[in-house]
Amino acid sequence: MLLKLDAFESAGWDGFVPGKWQKEIEVRDFIQKNYTPYEGDDAFLAEPTQDTKDLWQMVLELSKKEREAGGVLDMDTKVVSTLTSHGPGYLDKSKEKIVGFQTDKPFKRGMNVYGGIRMAMKACEDNGYTVDPEIVEFFTKHRKTHNAGVFDVYDDEIRRCRSNHIITGLPDAYGRGRIIGDYRRVALYGIDILVADKKIQKDSFGEVYTDDVIRGKEEISEQIRALGELKQMAASYGIDISKPATNVKEAIQALYFGYLGAVKEQNGAAMSLGRTSTFLDIYAERDLANGTFTESEIQEFIDHFIMKLRLVKFARTTEYNQIFAGDPVWVTESLGGMGVDGRTLVTKMSFRYLHTLDNLGTSPEPNLTVLWSKNLPMNFKQYCAKMSIKSSSIQYENDDLMRPVHGDDYGIACCVSSMRIGKDMQFFGARANLAKCLLYAINGGVDECTGVQVGPKFRPVTSEYLDFDDVMEKFDDMMEWLAKVYVSALNIIHYMHDKYAYERIQMALHDRDVKRFFATGLAGLSVVADSLSAIKYAKVKCIRNEQGIVTSYEVEGDFPKYGNNDDRVDKLAASLVSTFMHKLRKHHVYRNGFPTMSVLTITSNVTYGKNTGDTPCGRKHGQPFAPGANPMHGRDSHGAMASLSSVAKLPYMDSQDGISNTFSIIPGALGKEDQVFAGDLDVDLKLD
Amino acid sequence: MEGMIHSIETFGTVDGPGIRYVVFVKGCPMRCQYCHNPDTWEMAGGTKMTVEEILDDYDRYRPFLKDGGLTVTGGEPLVQIDFLIELFEQAKKRDIHTCLDTSGIMFRRDNPIIYEKYLRLMKVTDLIMLDIKHIDPEEHRKLTAQPCDHIFDFLKFLDEQEKTIWIRHVLVPGITLVPEYLERLGDFIGQFTHIKALDVLPYHNMGKTKYEQLGIDYVLKDVPEATKEQAIEARNTIIAAMKKRRMKMREEGQNV
Repeated sequence: MLLKLDAFESAGWDGFVPGKWQKEIEVRDFIQKNYTPYEGDDAFLAEPTQDTKDLWQMVLELSKKEREAGGVLDMDTKVVSTLTSHGPGYLDKSKEKIVGFQTDKPFKRGMNVYGGIRMAMKACEDNGYTVDPEIVEFFTKHRKTHNAGVFDVYDDEIRRCRSNHIITGLPDAYGRGRIIGDYRRVALYGIDILVADKKIQKDSFGEVYTDDVIRGKEEISEQIRALGELKQMAASYGIDISKPATNVKEAIQALYFGYLGAVKEQNGAAMSLGRTSTFLDIYAERDLANGTFTESEIQEFIDHFIMKLRLVKFARTTEYNQIFAGDPVWVTESLGGMGVDGRTLVTKMSFRYLHTLDNLGTSPEPNLTVLWSKNLPMNFKQYCAKMSIKSSSIQYENDDLMRPVHGDDYGIACCVSSMRIGKDMQFFGARANLAKCLLYAINGGVDECTGVQVGPKFRPVTSEYLDFDDVMEKFDDMMEWLAKVYVSALNIIHYMHDKYAYERIQMALHDRDVKRFFATGLAGLSVVADSLSAIKYAKVKCIRNEQGIVTSYEVEGDFPKYGNNDDRVDKLAASLVSTFMHKLRKHHVYRNGFPTMSVLTITSNVTYGKNTGDTPCGRKHGQPFAPGANPMHGRDSHGAMASLSSVAKLPYMDSQDGISNTFSIIPGALGKEDQVFAGDLDVDLKLD
Repeated sequence: MEGMIHSIETFGTVDGPGIRYVVFVKGCPMRCQYCHNPDTWEMAGGTKMTVEEILDDYDRYRPFLKDGGLTVTGGEPLVQIDFLIELFEQAKKRDIHTCLDTSGIMFRRDNPIIYEKYLRLMKVTDLIMLDIKHIDPEEHRKLTAQPCDHIFDFLKFLDEQEKTIWIRHVLVPGITLVPEYLERLGDFIGQFTHIKALDVLPYHNMGKTKYEQLGIDYVLKDVPEATKEQAIEARNTIIAAMKKRRMKMREEGQNV
């Protein structure tokens, strides 16, 4: 049965080009038929309004207080955060054009317990708060959490891998995140249509009640309930989101409520926003044409919206912040990119989002991510460059690489995970430490730091000097084992997350049949590549301790290092990515997930270093890994292009969840400053 | 043919237009007190690379370099002029933009063999960045341990050859960053109409540690770094003087 959208009031659609999007939930179709590409420059952008400045000043003051209080200003210890758990919260109601906080006031962190009660308790304790004992009792005795479910199933091997840090960062005690609801749907359709659609979906399963059908129906019921509560949540702010938004302000507000619902219910490892700017621009263009709002008003709505995104906060433990460096939410918003029809998806709204870095100052959140294509309009490229130099706050991703895979309505979750909005989701799977895996191969599964037999008792290397073929054979076996344990752990985790901490509002903003990326990751790429290169091209001597475990290495001679555009080692790195991915693909994956892999440890490289012993490349225990797919620090000696070229050789199709490279450069190294360099003397010397 | 190479930078953004593949060669007869590459002075200790090796390596970065090209700097590239000629001739065959960053110290107009080589090199050089160390002959000798007459003659030669020229000038407080010298510099270079850009470089002492490593006395150790503001002012002084010279030339009936 198809959705009869005619039955609903849709005044919000007046003036839009009709299409398939009015017959089914299909935001991309709406965008394609209605958006206006913008190839002009940034001259149209508006300054912040007085209200914006006042509100931002309040935020700065509260942020200062929060820092002074040790990182947390207030936490809820009594009320479990749900869509409707808290009344409305404001900074200054009279000035806020876009409203909504996670709890009843700004800077007060909500309590999310479904991921795991122990984590919630620790998050409070680490910040000097105590969870209400009744809540603790309830979620210990009467209501199981995701974390409890996972540990009921984990076997000894998985536990050993966890505690010896060969598999790390698993989302087994906290929210997995990385799911992007299509928050635009709330604005374009309103809750009533979305609920009607979900009801049809619920009846659309087969009549045989298999496990999948039962679970599917139950989940959709949860989604419908969540949509209803979202409407209630909006109503508590005096706003009705049951019908399609009628102007840009309503559209931003409805979209934000969708997102707010998600961050109230889930304390996920990354809670990304999607790809919203070009969608919203359609409303802005209509309003500008109709004289509903001015440019200044529209910029103000965006400024207030972005301000809200900057204030998303979670209760987190000290350890969590150590791994992820700081207090990140990863409110990633994907901007720009090109359409499959060749038109750019850059609109004025793409500029307005980036302009918030001027109007509100720089900020790591939201993680503004430009989908870069060589075909982007020159004016937009120049504006991005200008804002990057000014703010160092923009992330860039290769649209030309991802568009052929995902089409032109995908977004980035966290830092690199790409997925089609509302059509794909991801099972976030943290990382396996391949550097440690190599050491396990050398030591027959014994951990070089703890001396524990973690992996299988394969034959260790017994020679004094490492032999490349011997090590590779053993490493291959060890990777085979690691892939199996790793996928098993993730299967358990995502089964339990679905069962005990289901993302009902985010999934309500997805199609019924989503593609589930089963996103694994690897850490230590450059360490392993250099180690293998050292073994192959130099001589590596093993230093063993009394127990016969190799704990250190002496490298004799030089060897090619990853990051210098040298195929001898770059090919080792590329093949490592493919090899591990192929091994992961061999295994059964929960809910028919589509296995992918990332190379992206942006912030946790220090922790990996601490937990990984000496490696054959000459790296010492404790020395940090390079972030993501970066070459090891100081080993790339041929300049940035050589370094980037090495990274660019990694096969994207075997690392489809993303490859990250952290590139730091001082603005001066990007070219001459106009004020000093007279680059066009004929103009300067004009005599007339 | 082989050249004696110090190092290669694949992401050069300050040595000519666009992103550039920069070859640092070994060997230089000048001993500029502020030189930040003293490790390129001696010919010894370099890596021998053939023209083909360099250009094949260049080709691997071509997508990044499409708006840039190849820059040879050093050291003093013209010390190895035979290598340079072949490198640029082969580069042009591969459609690469060529830029020479030089002090001009090796130029000799009166030696026909050398002069012939310069004519040949100019045919395959798209841009010359000429680094004028000091406008005053006596100060020039003090600063660089070399006379300036060949350098100034080289600039004249480039202008005659109608080559695109960028002038570089390092601003050292108390040495070159002196209004009188800057005006004289502007007045002098103002007469050459093929100068298309002026690149004033505020003196910095980041080369200091290299001197320590090489065990060479760093003469300028007490000289402060030049600021950006000083650089802007100096640039304006030079340009004003250039403009004045041009006005004068026009009054004298020259077509500038």
